[in-house]
Amino acid sequence: MVPFIQVYGIYIILHGHLSPGGGFSGGAIFGASLVLIALSFNLEVGARQISHATASVLESGGALGFIITGLVAVALGGNYLANQAAGFPMGEAGELFSAGAIFIITAFLGIKVASTIVTLFYNIIEGDDKSGDAH
Amino acid sequence: MIEILTEILNALLLLFLVVCAIAVAQIRDMLSAVIVFASFGLIMAIVWQQLSAPDVAMVEAALGTGVTTLLLIAAISKTRRTE
Repeated sequence: MVPFIQVYGIYIILHGHLSPGGGFSGGAIFGASLVLIALSFNLEVGARQISHATASVLESGGALGFIITGLVAVALGGNYLANQAAGFPMGEAGELFSAGAIFIITAFLGIKVASTIVTLFYNIIEGDDKSGDAH
Repeated sequence: MIEILTEILNALLLLFLVVCAIAVAQIRDMLSAVIVFASFGLIMAIVWQQLSAPDVAMVEAALGTGVTTLLLIAAISKTRRTE
């Protein structure tokens, strides 16, 4: 079941600029799929998929990628997060890779949200004792 | 005909929403309250869809039903189950 949820989450992230969805909702679905592994088996199996440290690094990396993508527009002579004004091509309806920087920004936002949800779950479950089991 | 059926569906959804909201506040067992709250989120997602807000419906279904329930169950497993 989990791979299908993850494919759906990635689909929503990638098509965020064409159809309903986007980085936040797709990232939430993707993060929930990773948490479901830890909840249905135990914390060790979940940590084999994505560990607490990896999730923390991805969380910071997603935010960093978002900022850097915004600053690329500044380097090209536009405002922060500018799209058309900085020379990126505008989107065309129905074309997947057509909306310039929005595509990249949405992907980073999805990584950020997914890893944030995983980190939230690990923080609550582990709590004081680091050896905690999910049940 | 289809408009009347849609109106009936909307009325039933909203009625169920109110019933769920009252039940969450009344139930003493925490785990049952969390499960009723998840069904509240699911009905809310369908209501958002009926209000022509598919974006919000998607976020509500993923966060309100999925992640919130997971985090609340995790919190219950760390604390007591009854009030």
